[in-house]
Amino acid sequence: MELRRDIFQAIADPTRRAILSLVALQSMTPGAIAENFNTSRQTISKHIQILTECQLLTQEQTGREIFYHFNPTKMKEVADWLEPFRQMWDERFNKLETIMKKYKSKK
Amino acid sequence: MEQKTKIYAEEGKQELVITREFDLPLELLFKAYIVPEIVEQWMGTKVLKLESKKHGSYQFETTDPQGNKYRFNGVIHEFTPNQKITRTFEFENMPFGVQLEFLEFEQLTHHTSKLKMHVIYESIAQKDQVLKIGMTNGINMAHNRLQDVVNKLK
Repeated sequence: MELRRDIFQAIADPTRRAILSLVALQSMTPGAIAENFNTSRQTISKHIQILTECQLLTQEQTGREIFYHFNPTKMKEVADWLEPFRQMWDERFNKLETIMKKYKSKK
Repeated sequence: MEQKTKIYAEEGKQELVITREFDLPLELLFKAYIVPEIVEQWMGTKVLKLESKKHGSYQFETTDPQGNKYRFNGVIHEFTPNQKITRTFEFENMPFGVQLEFLEFEQLTHHTSKLKMHVIYESIAQKDQVLKIGMTNGINMAHNRLQDVVNKLK
């Protein structure tokens, strides 16, 4: 598994986005998060580790349990900055795809 | 929903990577980069020059909704059909400097392909500036698209 501390790679993964959506609703323990997935507990805990390293999740120790919280500020940082640029390319590429599909059928 | 166009840009690094999977055979995707009339359509620019070969160069021109013209150009360093284009990119008359682009084309299946666009900037400040420009362009382009749609309704 990719262990780079890159926030964009962190959110590019569908499982990690699913974890973020869950934890955004309520703070959860690693065990409670893992129960929502069919993958092994180790895999999920790796995902949680990556999200924590990118500060998208924060840890809080409550007695013997660790709870994970979602950090919306960090998430917003990513979205605000790059999303318009991504959308510009996405629109261009959508257009490219449409044009070339027509091109193919014309031949 | 899984996004088709992904962007990876680490903070504190002067590079970024854009990837996109296309519902197109590799040859058609590559063609969209070398046939001037097709480039004009999807990039929304006028192609003044496009020499798709090693040591070739290109020059494009875009016009914003206010009628201002912007030109950009570059030199092609590496040209391997259906595989890779390495080229520079530079806005003319703007203080952003030159960026280096590595475009890698890859076949996924007979009907699908992938593009990886790796862009390296001269500095982090330059990267940030280009991203800001991208934002404004993105907004302009969305407006243009809307205008196209509206015109067709008439």
